[in-house]
Amino acid sequence: MTSRMRIGAETSWYELFSRGGRDWLRHNEKVREAVRDNLLDLISAPDMITHPGERTVRVPVRLLEHARFRLADPASQRGAGQGKAGVGDVLQPGGPEPAEGAEGGGEQGEVKLLVELRIDDIVDWLWDELELPDLQARPRAGIDVSETVREGTGRRGPRARLDRRRTVKEAVKRRAIQPNPVPFTDDDLRFHQLAQRPITAINAVVLFALDASGSMGDAERRLAKTFFFFALQGIRRQYRRVETRFIAHTTQAWEFPEAEFFQVTGTGGTAASAAFAHALALVREHYDPAQYNGYLYYASDGENAFDDRSAAAARLGELARLLNYVGYLETRPGMQRLAATEMSDVFAALAAGGAAVGHQVVREQRDLWQALRRFFVARAGEPDDL
Amino acid sequence: MTVATLSDYAARIEALAHDLGLVHDPVEFELVPENFMMEISVYGLPVRMPHWSFGVRYIHQLIRRSMGHSRIFEVMFPGDPCHAFLVDGNTLAENVLVTAHVLGHADFARNNELFARSMRMAGGHILEQSAARAHRIDAAVGAHGLDRVEAVLDAALALEAHIDVTRELHRPPYSTAAPGPEPATDENAFRRRYRDLPGEPRRAGRAEAPLRLAIPPHPETDLLWFIAHYAPELDGWERDIFLAVREESFYFHPVFACQIMNEGWASYWHARLLREAHFLPQDLYVSAIKAHSDVVRPYAADRQLSLAVNPYHLGFSIWERIVESEGLETARRICRDEDDFGFVRNHLDRELAEKLDLFVYEANPRDGIRIATKDIHAVREAILAPKFNYGVPRIAATKLDADGGLVLVHDHAADGRGLDLDRARRVLGYLGRAWRRPVTLVTVGEGGRERELAYRPK
Repeated sequence: MTSRMRIGAETSWYELFSRGGRDWLRHNEKVREAVRDNLLDLISAPDMITHPGERTVRVPVRLLEHARFRLADPASQRGAGQGKAGVGDVLQPGGPEPAEGAEGGGEQGEVKLLVELRIDDIVDWLWDELELPDLQARPRAGIDVSETVREGTGRRGPRARLDRRRTVKEAVKRRAIQPNPVPFTDDDLRFHQLAQRPITAINAVVLFALDASGSMGDAERRLAKTFFFFALQGIRRQYRRVETRFIAHTTQAWEFPEAEFFQVTGTGGTAASAAFAHALALVREHYDPAQYNGYLYYASDGENAFDDRSAAAARLGELARLLNYVGYLETRPGMQRLAATEMSDVFAALAAGGAAVGHQVVREQRDLWQALRRFFVARAGEPDDL
Repeated sequence: MTVATLSDYAARIEALAHDLGLVHDPVEFELVPENFMMEISVYGLPVRMPHWSFGVRYIHQLIRRSMGHSRIFEVMFPGDPCHAFLVDGNTLAENVLVTAHVLGHADFARNNELFARSMRMAGGHILEQSAARAHRIDAAVGAHGLDRVEAVLDAALALEAHIDVTRELHRPPYSTAAPGPEPATDENAFRRRYRDLPGEPRRAGRAEAPLRLAIPPHPETDLLWFIAHYAPELDGWERDIFLAVREESFYFHPVFACQIMNEGWASYWHARLLREAHFLPQDLYVSAIKAHSDVVRPYAADRQLSLAVNPYHLGFSIWERIVESEGLETARRICRDEDDFGFVRNHLDRELAEKLDLFVYEANPRDGIRIATKDIHAVREAILAPKFNYGVPRIAATKLDADGGLVLVHDHAADGRGLDLDRARRVLGYLGRAWRRPVTLVTVGEGGRERELAYRPK
């Protein structure tokens, strides 16, 4: 009888694509999305701002599971097995640790990805995601600052600036064409030359000010902290060196290390002008606007003593003149209706006067992205089309 | 290994198989790279719809392969013709063995009533059809975007096994006429008289005599079919996806329901055909038999015991005994009539279970893993437990609300316990996003208390 089988090997088309690889990439994309959705939890460590450690976070990521309906795990798994063993034999003793492999042979062992994310990458994602513009260093218009830099070589100069490399080169060239050359002549000597060049400030200082009065609860602080973190990351993208200072205030202001900064709770009233005065003093003393791009971020719940208004406004106006930008974040977690507050009035008035200030109100974590976007768009000097 | 040599041996093995009484539909063999083979086994079909969950399985398979745990020798798709895939990098001896193995599968698929019914309903060209469906889904991705298509596939593939295989693949919608034949099936005269007895609660709604028949008229376990036909807001292409997954699920069912029999039968025949194939060179025969004993064995060579039962070995052992004691004719009749439930319950007896050292173990964190019993009934049920209801909890659609809301009820009494609530919630999320109206699921939680999970669209 004739054969009913045919054997072929015609799968050259297969090499063109791998479906498994394609769907794996799609899975990874989903992991990335999931990680991004949980970014806020990833950066909740207490000293994340000043000590991002290695500047990476390691996130153990389970492979995503496509859920199916299945029965709840029973108290004891039962299964069929095969091999030399008697009833009552203990194959693996129990204990506090769940026994590995207790699931039986059919289960797939769990595979975990350890995704190591660089903070910079996370910030890059955010920037891409939020389509944030890059910041420009403040133009140093009107401030005459220059630095002395090496530029070119010449035949004259002090001995200390002798350019040995160029000098030897010159000597070699000369010796190549002379019949009885001497090792060096004065004509061979070359010296580095200096020139005065105007510089752009490449350093930045970020002042964080926080209302530490009793009305700032955990939710308010968490919003403020998360915002501070990302605002700082955004600034770090632009400047070679960024310094940070942390100022908390009630009716007075103090400076704190970051680890304590968010824990500080004061009692009594709120007078933001104290914090602004402190910030002004710091800027004047340590951060010459000619050399530093300065930023101040202030977070509060909006309350401020009524009789502090003019003092606060005056100092803020002064800060806005010295710094690149002053941002105010009003944290109002859970608020449904938002009436203007004392503090937002102050900022609104300054902004109306053309000062480099801005304010945003956030009610929940989700609003933070919008707030970040608005701050950065405003500071990059682009029209705010939101 | 050359295709010509393999073809030559294969043809002679086939002739031998025919002499021994095997009957099969034509088989098209394809020698493919190992990677492709891995993808076939991951996707279940050579060309299938894209979904990220296949990517996860693919990586698991890659890892297992790189640890040397997993080698795939063959994948066989019943049909007319059957399609079988062999790995082009495997040795000639291995592929000769696999050819014989595939002939066993092809004979089984033609003979077994579950396979035959599936073929009658679906036709013999499932591979071509599933490839066409995959292309349609690719086209849908182009037309509607990956996110929307993926949302539908999330739901459809999660419910993959929730079909009613006792009904037709191409099933008409519910009859809209007054009480049709459907309610009669689960409501016989006795039940009706019982319900009419004094003291039985009146059925709500009966008195109002609804003009329309309730949908569904009876608890509907074919969730994919029900969603495709009765979801209030699905577009045509979305219904297509649910039906595509359902059709493939019907196709996979006989393979699932007869795995022990089918693999056992194929293993029995590859062993026998090779033993009787005197034309094979001695060294090739020895290598092939070594490959046989690597696959058809109860546990890995370096182990004394396994917490799983190898279906190849179990099925092989049962068939060997049936053929030996009752003859080939009886064996072929069993092939035709049984699935794994009948096969294991009727033909795995105490004597064989003892010979195979089968046992039931219990595992929990406190006591560790312990051999619980060797009682034959317990052993059979432990082997079969993962196979009930296509391996999934019994969940039925019971009600379609006026607002399009769907109510699902888990038959926890039949399953013996409630659902894994976390996963159930996630599946409900997949389903709800596709259904776009409220979805409710009733099951039991800890302590047997009723739990209602709900999905509400945003």
